[in-house]
Amino acid sequence: MSEPKKVTFPVEASHIMMFARAIGDANPVYHDAEAAKETAAGGIVAPPTFAQAVAQFDPDHPTRPKPGEKWFGSGGTPSGVEGEPPSSGGLHAEQHFEYRRPLRPGDVLTATYRVGESWEKQSRRAGKLLFTERLIDYHDQDGELVCRARGVTVKTERPVDQG
Amino acid sequence: MTAREFKVGDLHEEVLVEDLTRTQLVMYSGASGDYNPIHTDELYTREAAGYPGVFAHGMLTMGMTGRAITNLVGAENVRRFGVRFTSQVWPGDTLTAATRVDAVRNEGGERLVDFSVTTTNQKGETVLTGTATAVANG
Repeated sequence: MSEPKKVTFPVEASHIMMFARAIGDANPVYHDAEAAKETAAGGIVAPPTFAQAVAQFDPDHPTRPKPGEKWFGSGGTPSGVEGEPPSSGGLHAEQHFEYRRPLRPGDVLTATYRVGESWEKQSRRAGKLLFTERLIDYHDQDGELVCRARGVTVKTERPVDQG
Repeated sequence: MTAREFKVGDLHEEVLVEDLTRTQLVMYSGASGDYNPIHTDELYTREAAGYPGVFAHGMLTMGMTGRAITNLVGAENVRRFGVRFTSQVWPGDTLTAATRVDAVRNEGGERLVDFSVTTTNQKGETVLTGTATAVANG
């Protein structure tokens, strides 16, 4: 078995601010260091789902265009790659997080990726479904486990019927 | 956030977003690092992926739903948060999260609150169901 993939994820205040804006959360605890100091959090913290933004730091992340590589999204044509795009039918089915403490600016996390179980199911709306579990453990700069994430993605035989 | 009392059966409802915009999907792509074109690229999504149009990242719906929890307990107190995505979320959707206190318990010297949460769209369809646990003795 190969070594699990590890990604270094530096947690930065401006990234937390952008992430909080994107989820529509104006709480100062996510962007205003002075105001956050006065709250029970004692300073800026990250929103609970922020750990998923490790995708920014994953050099191989499949849903980020990379210089010099064909991208499956549109340019002059609907898709830049021939045949079945790598993401076709890939949907997020479940996501679970466990936290030992909140993530804060200045944390330098090491995310360790593992592939978990996979299983199949038949559905009326999208044909055969292939589920895959992905696990990420986040350790901080002191080697402490601070967050565990478990995601389940489902690859569908055809796009989900909207009827 | 000041400490507050939670009682089993307490209900709380919060509007997460009204008339979800494509621009918010772009913002979420940029912040999260998930640039899958099914969330931002109509041409690709309709003509190559076979969907009626772009739709929200599940993680955006989860992130917005998390706000309904953190507004009750404070982000620093969340210990567990898990969801299932049950239906797609589209631009134009208005989402509302309904949280319920399922249990208040003591464990390892901490007072913990268990929540269940359901997020629905303007048609009353459930788009996400989940549970969360937070420390309440903050």
